[in-house]
Amino acid sequence: MKINRRQMLILMPAAAIAWKAVLAGTPEQASNYTMSDHWWGMLIDIPKCIGCGNCVRACATENDVPDGFFRTWVERYHVSDEDMAKPEVISPDGGKEGFPVAEEDNKKYFFVPKMCNHCADSPCTQVCPVGATFIAPDGAVLVDQKYCLGCAYCVQACPYGCRYIHPQKEVADKCTLCYHRITKGLTTACCEACPTGARQLVDLKNPNDPIHEFLKTHSVQVLKPQMATGAKAFYNGLDGSVR
Amino acid sequence: MSRFKDAGHLFRFAGLFVLAFVVFLVVRHFVVPKSFGEYGHYRGAAMGEIAAHPAKFAGHEACEACHSDVADKKVKGKHAHVNCEACHGALVMRLPAPAAPKPSLYGRLVALVTRPMPPDPPILRHADDPASVIPVLPDTAVLCARCHTASAAKPKDFPQVVPADHSNGVACQTCHDPHNPAIDAGGAK
Repeated sequence: MKINRRQMLILMPAAAIAWKAVLAGTPEQASNYTMSDHWWGMLIDIPKCIGCGNCVRACATENDVPDGFFRTWVERYHVSDEDMAKPEVISPDGGKEGFPVAEEDNKKYFFVPKMCNHCADSPCTQVCPVGATFIAPDGAVLVDQKYCLGCAYCVQACPYGCRYIHPQKEVADKCTLCYHRITKGLTTACCEACPTGARQLVDLKNPNDPIHEFLKTHSVQVLKPQMATGAKAFYNGLDGSVR
Repeated sequence: MSRFKDAGHLFRFAGLFVLAFVVFLVVRHFVVPKSFGEYGHYRGAAMGEIAAHPAKFAGHEACEACHSDVADKKVKGKHAHVNCEACHGALVMRLPAPAAPKPSLYGRLVALVTRPMPPDPPILRHADDPASVIPVLPDTAVLCARCHTASAAKPKDFPQVVPADHSNGVACQTCHDPHNPAIDAGGAK
């Protein structure tokens, strides 16, 4: 078939329009979920934590977290009276199988579950050179693993140590706040598995969420408030020695 | 105009710039993913992809839909607020991954600018197919001890025992019903 210049000039814009339609695709979104209606966070009630490691195991199961890496983990603090600034912290295998029974002195012991704080002004998203990690409109800090280069700037930038490079995928990985669950109306795997209610998923945009009353009536802190990260993991009963 | 009489080379140079800019716009159009910038400096479609992962923990409501007898027993006891999967775990079975379909032309184009991620391994949940995914009875010696072994780090009002002194190796469910563990509350076996 021979195409003259006139036909070519007519065909090319038509082909361009068709090509655009081919490229557009349709992004999948969970139905009945409006991102702008939510602002997710987590309440961690330290006096309720018994260090059983259910959250760590549930997270690993739910999210296929590789062995030796943690999206959430539990630390056991041991604080002596004399030196509050130097707590002794252990977290054997992230507290996955609980904590070993050991000789205990009469000093202060407590558990602190740690996870991504889903910061509203997160340092990790600010350093990403390619826009592969971001704060979703509903407040969850996520990683676009198809777009991530694996440069690990974000791993360094997180002041809470909540990110790692996935050993098989070779991209940044972190807590998604079980985004695949909360967008379907379920709670996170760690909250589902916590036997004492020490963790509670909270939606700060839901006026009926008990978090509003809780924040008003309890001494609640975030980790490293001096870094102004806008952390949304709210800790009730947090000891001053926790870093 | 005489001062511009030899300006032809400038116009040719400007033309090169315009051409380079057009090439840049065309390349940019093809390498920047469609949903990039939809909500901010990231790929908007990523949220849908993350949300599309299958949930493994079914949630206690799914369990209670069938096991209402256990739910009724549990609600009367001290384990009322312990969700089913806290002890029983997520009852999922991994299925063999189906052969990957041949990537489409669009898929191959996308793979040029985005990293292809392996698809989620297919799973089957007990809540979806109770006959195929058979639960395993948890080992109470490990399960109960994980929560109830005495430790100074646990809340003082939380029930704690030193397992060796408390039962001397007798399995917990010999005396306690895990769904309503208090012996004096009629929960004894």
